[in-house]
Amino acid sequence: MTTETPTASVELGETVINIDRLNKWYGQFHVLKDIDLDVKRGERIVICGPSGSGKSTLIRCINRLESHQEGTITVDGIELTEDTKHINDIRREVGMVFQHFNLFPHLTVLENCTLAPIWVRKTPKKEAEEIAMQYLERVKIPEQAMKYPGQLSGGQQQRVAIARSLCMNPRVMLFDEPTSALDPEMIAEVLDVMVGLAEDGMTMLCVTHEMGFARKVANRVIFMDGGQIVEQNEPEAFFNNPQNERTQLFLSQILQH
Amino acid sequence: MANNSSQFVPIPDRAPPASQLGAIAWIRTNLFGSVSSSLTTLLFLYLFFTYVPAFIDWALISANWTGSDRSVCDANKAGACWTFIGVRLEQILFGLYFGANPDQVWRPVTIFAVFFALLIPLMMDRTPHKKWLAIALLIPFPILFYVLIHGGYFGIPVADTTQWGGFLLTFTLAFVGILFALPLGILLALGRRSEMPVIRALCVTYIEFWRGTPLITILFMASVMLPLFFPAGVEFDKVVRAMIGITLFQSAYTAEAVRGGLSAIPKGQYEAAMALGLGYWKRTLFIILPQALKISIPSIVNTFIALFKDTSLVSIIGLLDLLNMAQTASRSLEWNGYDMEGYLFAGFIFWMFCYGMSRYSQNLERKLDTNRRNES
Repeated sequence: MTTETPTASVELGETVINIDRLNKWYGQFHVLKDIDLDVKRGERIVICGPSGSGKSTLIRCINRLESHQEGTITVDGIELTEDTKHINDIRREVGMVFQHFNLFPHLTVLENCTLAPIWVRKTPKKEAEEIAMQYLERVKIPEQAMKYPGQLSGGQQQRVAIARSLCMNPRVMLFDEPTSALDPEMIAEVLDVMVGLAEDGMTMLCVTHEMGFARKVANRVIFMDGGQIVEQNEPEAFFNNPQNERTQLFLSQILQH
Repeated sequence: MANNSSQFVPIPDRAPPASQLGAIAWIRTNLFGSVSSSLTTLLFLYLFFTYVPAFIDWALISANWTGSDRSVCDANKAGACWTFIGVRLEQILFGLYFGANPDQVWRPVTIFAVFFALLIPLMMDRTPHKKWLAIALLIPFPILFYVLIHGGYFGIPVADTTQWGGFLLTFTLAFVGILFALPLGILLALGRRSEMPVIRALCVTYIEFWRGTPLITILFMASVMLPLFFPAGVEFDKVVRAMIGITLFQSAYTAEAVRGGLSAIPKGQYEAAMALGLGYWKRTLFIILPQALKISIPSIVNTFIALFKDTSLVSIIGLLDLLNMAQTASRSLEWNGYDMEGYLFAGFIFWMFCYGMSRYSQNLERKLDTNRRNES
């Protein structure tokens, strides 16, 4: 890694997300087991693990795309319950980027970015468009603003998806395998945007297998398996000196190629 | 590695082989590509030249166009008798009242002129103020329709609904049916996918009940059974009954067409909308419905075309739509025996409107296809 790691330079703030003994079942299947996690403002956490380990489910619980059965999740001081108003309050503050982008295909790039600010945040249209253009510039595709998502490459679509989330000015960003559906040539452009976000101090939780990204950007790497957190540590220690044998096996498998 | 790298040289594009181009090549590959293909082509050519010129001769070249009674047609049996249609045009298009009162024909003519003046710009691409045109079509137009067609206001003589008929009735029933069935159908489709079991059960019951009942039965029940539920003396207008029956029936079909579109929307669209903090109605209105309706345009239009034609079934409750009016006219004493012309004319009008709807829906699909839009 050639660029300096921003890990040490950012001071961590107060707790933004608190997860306390979280348990979740799909029917009989116990998918998340006793998860405890505290995320501080400005912290960048990378979650990795084999498929089926519950890592995506965990971050989808944070904005209630999945509901949990036991334990508590508190985001920004608001506890997640069945109350729809609380759920929408939290979703407003938590941006999410999906594996398959999930852009709205019937809306232009600009409309994708302004819809939620206009209708959820009640931002005036003109102002919302100005903000959207700023973020589209930041993800380096302002010239695509009037196009439809179907006309863009996968990498461009994912960058629009990031811009769309940023337009809501979220306090936390969740990334659910943002580069897994991309061609190899497009992964870099998306990771660049994510590194830029991290450098600006965004609180991020990323489910990803991009270990280079984890080394470069994360404050903490979490390894999950079988619905539980197996090990978590700072990236240097996590990659160079994993403690648990399950982590060692996982790392040896993904790093050997 | 940098020492012995070679440069990437793109090969320039070339034109396809000449044997794939031109009309002759197209005919050879598509019409006479194989023995069976050649036989089919020849058979169709034979059938075409046997029947089409004869029909054109009967319907156009030898046809009778002039005159005011059947003597012209009876003298020339080799051609179609369009004289009959010409003489009875008001009756077939606008019903018995306007057929009998030619001085009042301006009323339906005005209504159709206003309707097309609103509709045609609405269907064109670059019309400004489309929203207002649509609103005009939905609210003031039906009021104007009632005032002009029913009459009774501003000294306009009353044309009672029992006297409505012909294409005017077909149009009225189809317009009302489409106007009310679409929003009702959308709500039913959303309800059928609701997470609330009671709403879902209600919508499923409604849809399955009306969809499982023939329209004829519904019209018959509306006509015979509805009065039984109300005290004697409460009169329900026959046309209103038909409108209610058609709307209930049609909304169930529209709901199923819309549901097809809804279930084609990937889960990720809901999740992305939720993750942005959009609530149920905003999510539905801005994200889900625009995409679902786009997908279901062909099936929605399909149900509308079916509805337009099914309005003929109102004859079961004694209303005479375009088809039945043409039949009635061709069985009158003066024109007895010219059924063929009546049916052809009615069929042609039906076809024109249904084909128009079909073309418009194809046009709409193309326009809304954001994936194939050219770079702007």
